[in-house]
Amino acid sequence: MTNWSVILGIAKTHLLTKIKQTSIAALGVTFGIGSYITLVCFMTGLNAMLDNLILNQTPHIHVYNEIEPSKNQPISLYNDVAESFNVVHSIKPKRSQKKIHNALPIISYLEENKDVRGALPQVKTQIFYIAGSIELGGNLTGINPVSEARLFNMSDYIVEGSAEALEHTDNSILLGIGIAKKMSLKVGDRVQVSPINGGIFPLKIVGFYQSGIADLDAIQSFTNIKTVQRILGEANNYITDINIKLYDIERAVPLAKKIEQQFKLTAIDIKTANAQFETGTTIRNLITYAVSITLLIVAGFGIYNILNMLIYEKMNDIAILKATGFSGKDVQLIFMSQAMIIGFVGGVLGLLIGLGLTSLISTIPFQTEALPTVETYPINLNPMFFVIGFLFAIISTFLAGYLPSKKAKKIDPVKIIRGQ
Amino acid sequence: MNIVLEANHINKYFKKPVLFHVLKDISFQIKKGEFASIMGKSGCGKSTLLYILSTMDTDYDGELYLNNQLVTNQDRDHLSYIRNKHIGFVFQFHYLLSEFSVLENVMLPAKKLAEKSYQEIEYDAFEKLKMLNIEHLAKKRASQVSGGEKQRIAIARALINNPSIIMGDEPTGNLDSHNAENVFNIFKKLSIEQGLSLLIVTHDDDFANKTDRIIQMADGKII
Ligand SMILES: Nc1ncnc2c1ncn2[C@@H]1O[C@H](COP(=O)(O)OP(=O)(O)OP(=O)(O)O)[C@@H](O)[C@H]1O
Ligand SMILES: [Mg+2]
Repeated sequence: MTNWSVILGIAKTHLLTKIKQTSIAALGVTFGIGSYITLVCFMTGLNAMLDNLILNQTPHIHVYNEIEPSKNQPISLYNDVAESFNVVHSIKPKRSQKKIHNALPIISYLEENKDVRGALPQVKTQIFYIAGSIELGGNLTGINPVSEARLFNMSDYIVEGSAEALEHTDNSILLGIGIAKKMSLKVGDRVQVSPINGGIFPLKIVGFYQSGIADLDAIQSFTNIKTVQRILGEANNYITDINIKLYDIERAVPLAKKIEQQFKLTAIDIKTANAQFETGTTIRNLITYAVSITLLIVAGFGIYNILNMLIYEKMNDIAILKATGFSGKDVQLIFMSQAMIIGFVGGVLGLLIGLGLTSLISTIPFQTEALPTVETYPINLNPMFFVIGFLFAIISTFLAGYLPSKKAKKIDPVKIIRGQ
Repeated sequence: MNIVLEANHINKYFKKPVLFHVLKDISFQIKKGEFASIMGKSGCGKSTLLYILSTMDTDYDGELYLNNQLVTNQDRDHLSYIRNKHIGFVFQFHYLLSEFSVLENVMLPAKKLAEKSYQEIEYDAFEKLKMLNIEHLAKKRASQVSGGEKQRIAIARALINNPSIIMGDEPTGNLDSHNAENVFNIFKKLSIEQGLSLLIVTHDDDFANKTDRIIQMADGKII
């Protein structure tokens, strides 16, 4: 049976009469938690931005037809030499089609899979951009612009014009910004493209594409799937690539394996394609947490120190309380509550300061060529960080308060009374 | 007659710095309503005995009974409860919580006991202060009153839970003769009117002579 109102009353009086020490201890926690929140929101915001830069526009699984030499050379069909050791020199790949066979049925099949958010066909080809006397080599990709915008955030990289305009205008092109600069083209102008096997097609520029990667922006343009098929003189089942977006990125590896086996195509999952990327993210997170935890531990030592001092100053009080009938546990609870009150108040203030600082940071302009959609510093205001920060404040003050309060519990009142 | 406090063959040793037999086979009883005083030379073990009787010191041989119940070897939490409910202790040096008001100091043991409501406790505390003529100090901080006043506040605090016995270690040691007289009269009145038992260590012959019984100690023994 613990009489909380008495214990909290005493704790409160102790804290209020030593308001200076109390505030310093609480400020230690505030500082620790505040910087933790600021740091972690800012760092994970930056991480997420960098991740998105790659991940958003990267398909979770990319399916295509790799050009490679056949594993079954004609000799293996010849029974007479089946028992012997055959060496075939200078194997060259057969000039196989880039086209994915039965691409349209495969797409509908994939879209039925419950892990798949969407599977989009693409037609990739090499072309020349021609304007007057200039000829520039480049890539033209045929896409379904609106679906592409929905699944792969295409719109983030369209600096002028829109995905809808590309979808609804016949013979239109979304030109890489680098090409536009080189050839001094504006939206509304026409650019002529020529596929490798000849012919010249004028296309109307409906917008510019800027990925942030300059080398890419200098060659890459987009158009409707139908337009590319027409330029290449292919039927409307001519598809070279399928890009798959999943609900859960973790499913990418098994699904990619399954597609490879089932359809005899190459399927690259995002993890394999961007392995080094994840390492960077992990290390940045590690640094963030290491710094935050250090700050909180320092704050914890502050509390430990101040409570220790408080208990030395309060030896007499402890002896009186024990002599008049308070148990060791009561005395321990009095000092534990002081620690917890410091932790709670300091923690809540820290959360508020963290929130304030992050809000401030999120208004600071941050403009860079590489990231056309980012205008201010990115902040990731995840409520989980606030929960973790608060829990850490409570746990660290609990630990910091535990040892000193344990000492207070054990103080022998007779020794103190004799000592006077 | 009811026996409030009974000590049975109490022996105590201090082991450090050298083995020292400080209390030697102490046995005595205090009856209900009895006002007893303990006298003896400095260093004969009076305070040591009082700490044992008040259950704060548990390191001794022998048995201690309070209201006919064995106190020896009870667990610490229960001993705290006994101190809270049955024993009022007045120290030679006025031990008050200096950051609390006089009233809060007096109320604290009752709040801990939690047998009464806050209003009742406050009323009781005022009554005790009135009885000791210091009710005007109620709202003052304990650090802002005089030594004699502190002593009376400590007595009020010892009385707040209407204990079975009051123990005092030279409670008048720091008071002038007028205040000492005053404290004696309060004790006497409580013992007569309310049947309170008192066991007071004192060096003051006048004080001791007016009590019901004097327990003389010498060299750790009762003589
Ligand atoms: N913690 C201790 N360790 C060792 N010896 C102690 C300790 N406390 C007290 N003593 C010794 O025990 C003896 C009794 O001490 P106690 O305080 O009980 O005396 P007292 O009768 O109250 O004296 P006074 O009248 O001066 O208050 C003294 O000789 C003292 O030196
Ligand atoms: Mg003494």
